[in-house]
Amino acid sequence: MAEIHLKSLAHSYFPNPATSADYAIREMDHVWHQGGAYALLGPSGCGKSTLLNIISGLLQPSEGEVLFDKVRVNEMPPKERNIAQVFQFPVVYDSMTVYDNLAFPLRNAKVPEARVRAKVNEVAEILELHEVLHNKARNLSADEKQKVSMGRGLVRDDVSAILFDEPLTVIDPHLKWKLRRKLKQIHEQFNITMIYVTHDQLEASTFADKIAVMYGGQIVQFGTPRELFESPNHTFVGFFIGSPGMNLIEVRRSEGGVSFDDIQIPLSDELNAYLADIPSYNLKIGIRPEFVHVWDKPVDDAYATELISHEDLGTHKILTLRLGNQSIKARLDEDRELPEGKVYISFPQQWVKLYVDEFLIEERS
Amino acid sequence: MNKTENNKAWFLVLPVFVLVAFSAVIPLMTVVNYSVQDIFDQNNAYFVGAEWFREVLRDPRLHDSLLRQFIYSFAVLAIEIPLGIGVALMMPTKGRMASLCLILLAIPLLIPWNVVGTIWQIFGRGDIGLFGAALNGLGIDYNYASNPADAWATVLLIDVWHWTSLVALLCYSGLRAIPEAFYQAAEIDRASKWAVFRYIQLPRLKSVLVIGVLLRFMDSFMIYTEPFVLTGGGPGNSTTFLSQTLTKMAVGQFDLGPAAAFSLVYFLIVLLVSWLFFTTITHMDKAK
Repeated sequence: MAEIHLKSLAHSYFPNPATSADYAIREMDHVWHQGGAYALLGPSGCGKSTLLNIISGLLQPSEGEVLFDKVRVNEMPPKERNIAQVFQFPVVYDSMTVYDNLAFPLRNAKVPEARVRAKVNEVAEILELHEVLHNKARNLSADEKQKVSMGRGLVRDDVSAILFDEPLTVIDPHLKWKLRRKLKQIHEQFNITMIYVTHDQLEASTFADKIAVMYGGQIVQFGTPRELFESPNHTFVGFFIGSPGMNLIEVRRSEGGVSFDDIQIPLSDELNAYLADIPSYNLKIGIRPEFVHVWDKPVDDAYATELISHEDLGTHKILTLRLGNQSIKARLDEDRELPEGKVYISFPQQWVKLYVDEFLIEERS
Repeated sequence: MNKTENNKAWFLVLPVFVLVAFSAVIPLMTVVNYSVQDIFDQNNAYFVGAEWFREVLRDPRLHDSLLRQFIYSFAVLAIEIPLGIGVALMMPTKGRMASLCLILLAIPLLIPWNVVGTIWQIFGRGDIGLFGAALNGLGIDYNYASNPADAWATVLLIDVWHWTSLVALLCYSGLRAIPEAFYQAAEIDRASKWAVFRYIQLPRLKSVLVIGVLLRFMDSFMIYTEPFVLTGGGPGNSTTFLSQTLTKMAVGQFDLGPAAAFSLVYFLIVLLVSWLFFTTITHMDKAK
């Protein structure tokens, strides 16, 4: 049980990193609170697994500190950190039975055999492994093996945290859902800190209370699934979360707001005042397809767009529209008819987000 | 799927058939033929049934060399297998040192048996051999030509020097095939070094070790050249192993009948031991 604090942590696989591109993890400060269910979400190669291995101690960070309950653990091997980690591909000790596999971490710590038996049976029950408990682990199916791998993490109820590195990749879709629920239950039951690495936003939002989105070796946003959806604070989060992702349009400053291709987007006074002061020219606006308002008829301050294509996804339609030279996605509810000819859309001001140098400019009001 | 019957296909198998017949089947059958006949000259051969087998199995000379042979092979395995595993575990896994180690280990394997025998014959001499002279200089009375224990130790040492590399290389390749994730998982599971060896490395070395044990057993069981070059099987008969006894019998005394019976028994022993070993191991695998 521990609070895990990553203090000015950075890591490079090169001995003498020169540029920021040499870093797998760029300097970050982050706290994982005791008992939280967290997801670490990001594309392949963004440093998720590196970060996980640093927390568990398989990897020593080249800079900064890892603190468990305010104690520096950088030099501690995983053994002493008392942390469990489940890997992407199932690791079972195939000469042992399922029972011995689950008992292995406890026996290594010299836990009395009676307690081992109780714990193993408890975990086998939760993971529905009791039927194969005395079979050799090598004869198990891929998802049973992964359950055994997870089980080895879960038998240790005194662990500081359990780290999952995309544990459900090899699992059948219908079992995935079941196992994810199971993890959630276990989390509620034992109140262990869990960090769950994934590149699947659905997996992240069903498992975790809070999601850390990683991009380019940094945690760009840490928040609830709803926060990530409604106000992504980095263009990457906007693009990565949601299906399809946020519409992001490069814009220039103009009178009373911003513009692109002679199309004016008005902004609030607060944002306009802010824009007047900053030197950067890397300006973008973002709006979620879900928040683009599609009108049936022309109205004031709606933009006329051309319909390029549409996808019918059953519960809703996704329209691809052309505004100026930009393509814009908009969501249309299923009961709405596909508009003919020009499509009129507007951007409700509260959902238009402004990004300067890829980061969100937050409005106070 | 429909199979087309075409007996012409047999012609395609014919070359292999002929080759195997000439190189293995006919010689083997000739041996079988010899083993049941008493041959005086080309035109005088009498069928004697199992007589030669009976004689051979009662021959005390053969009992002695068979016992010696088993002890020798067992000793070879008992030393080379653990030593080979140990060497493989200690070898560096990457970089220049790994390549260097591989080359050094491969060198003994490239040297022919009789050369190895000759090297040690000179190396072990008390007067001009570095090894023998060094031992004598240290006050250890070592002389492989007159002391049976020294001769035995030398023949064993030769084999260990020559073939431990093979076991080490096999194990090294087996160890390299273990994914890094297993070591990481073991570290997370707080496994000790011994537990890592016992539950991760050893089980995954099993298949290469089976091959290693079989190769080293069969090879050491038919050892001939090294003791022959070193002492000619002496002193006395102390390093006369089965193959040398057989050779003496067949081409020394020209006792073709008993020699043929003996070589069949020899063949069956190797086959039986290898089969027993192999089936035991595979059965252990199948048990759940």
